[in-house]
Amino acid sequence: MTERASTALLSGGVALSVDGVIVQVPPGTTVAAAVCVAGAWTRRSVSGEPRAPLCGMGICLECRVSIDGAPYQRACQTLCAPGMQVSTCGEPALP
Amino acid sequence: MTQTFDILVIGAGPAGVAAATAAAEGGLRVGVVDDNPSTGGQIWRRGAASPAAARRWMEQFESAAITRLMGWQVIDCLRLGPDGGVLRAEGNTPGGEAADLHFRRLILATGARERFLPFPGWTLPNVMGAGGLDAMVRGGLPIEAKRVVVAGTGPLLLAVAAHLKERGAQVMAICEQASPAQMAPLGWALLRQPSKLRQGMGYRWTTRKTPYLTRCWPLAALAESSVGESDGQNSQPRLRSVRLQREGRQWTVECDYLACGFHLIPNTELAALLGCAMRDGFIVTDEQMQTSMPGVWCAGEPTSIGGVECSLLEGQIAGLAAAGKTGAALALSKRRAGMQAFVEALERACRLDPRLRDLAAEETIVCRCEDVRMAALRGRSDGRDAKLHTRCGMGPCQGRICGGATEFLFGWRAGQVRPPLYPALVSSLMEEEAAGSVAGGAEYAVSEGIENV
Repeated sequence: MTERASTALLSGGVALSVDGVIVQVPPGTTVAAAVCVAGAWTRRSVSGEPRAPLCGMGICLECRVSIDGAPYQRACQTLCAPGMQVSTCGEPALP
Repeated sequence: MTQTFDILVIGAGPAGVAAATAAAEGGLRVGVVDDNPSTGGQIWRRGAASPAAARRWMEQFESAAITRLMGWQVIDCLRLGPDGGVLRAEGNTPGGEAADLHFRRLILATGARERFLPFPGWTLPNVMGAGGLDAMVRGGLPIEAKRVVVAGTGPLLLAVAAHLKERGAQVMAICEQASPAQMAPLGWALLRQPSKLRQGMGYRWTTRKTPYLTRCWPLAALAESSVGESDGQNSQPRLRSVRLQREGRQWTVECDYLACGFHLIPNTELAALLGCAMRDGFIVTDEQMQTSMPGVWCAGEPTSIGGVECSLLEGQIAGLAAAGKTGAALALSKRRAGMQAFVEALERACRLDPRLRDLAAEETIVCRCEDVRMAALRGRSDGRDAKLHTRCGMGPCQGRICGGATEFLFGWRAGQVRPPLYPALVSSLMEEEAAGSVAGGAEYAVSEGIENV
């Protein structure tokens, strides 16, 4: 991680927060990849299973996360930006 | 936001790029919309070591006077008539933004997605599509020294395995469900397309140390549980290994990722919403790629799964035809017939072994959005019946993932398509309002009703 972070910094990396953890990624990295780098899952299913990206192309919506307070963002279709606040598994279970 | 185009193209993959480039040559106002952040579609995705042909097309496309709306997805059709229509799109940015795209003529180049089949453990994190993992790696997922099993069916498996290997992954096995006999005609068809053959041989050379196993598929993805970090209450399952089967033999391979996709199915939701006629799940077109709806053309994978060359040719035909250059379109159209042998050979090579229907256990989840299990779907008469009784296909993906599975498992065809085509902000659906920024906790609508998020 340290090596990765310094590489990201040297190449003009992007720092963002995933569930409060600061992650450094190279420019052009998707939020979905950054969430995986942070070791997090993207969401919990309606029966409580942890889920992570499946299709990688914006179809399955398994990678939906909250970005800067806006819920339901498709992490695989969103590029990381400096200072972005990403929050995973925040979706409340349906009654 | 409102934008007006003579020709609007939906999709910026090879078909859309070719269509827009061909259409823009006459000085018409051409726009291209795609929900991905960058152009090129899944195949010419950002960072891909693209072949020379791809670079040439992309250069032409980038230098042409074309309005590119990247990161926008079409959610509804407000109006469609013989003289044109209006599509509503929503921006892929936090807070959202809506746009009304007016057009005189429309070209659908919406591409295809992977077909996924359920098997025990397929919902575990780190089990992805074959193209899915490839896309994630191109999007910055570190794959160096990771152990990957690539499985499913279709030429994509070899391409993905080669790319992951180039990025430093340890590809443990390539598991192709098809038999050598059913793949043979594809080999013959490839002999007539030397560039494709060379490409395939290059992929195999890159992955030469990895076993390529035909008639082989995953029986289960197996997890290990590690206790959640701080509170210790959540057990976080993580992929540990894959149980594989090949002709009666079963064995387990340890891996970090399973990349598994069963070839491609066309993205036809927008075409269906517009009322375009379909046959066997594909959009019907005439020789100029015009659909049954006047003023609407379709090119690429929604008409048949035929690969990049086919998509480029169809895109050009559609672009020329939509721009009124009928003669040029018809001249190109003659070449399309020559590609039909490849399309048919590919379809046959990727035909799914009926034994794959037995992979899902009773408790295996089929619909990932609503966690509907196999047992709940048995005995349902069709997709609509399953929807009404189990919520299968009613989640945010709107049946795009489970639909490919239930079509194979039960023979169910996709039902009626209703707007919004993707979950969208309510503000984006309201006619007059140009949606501004919306705070968290906003209401999102999916086509089956309103869901509070």
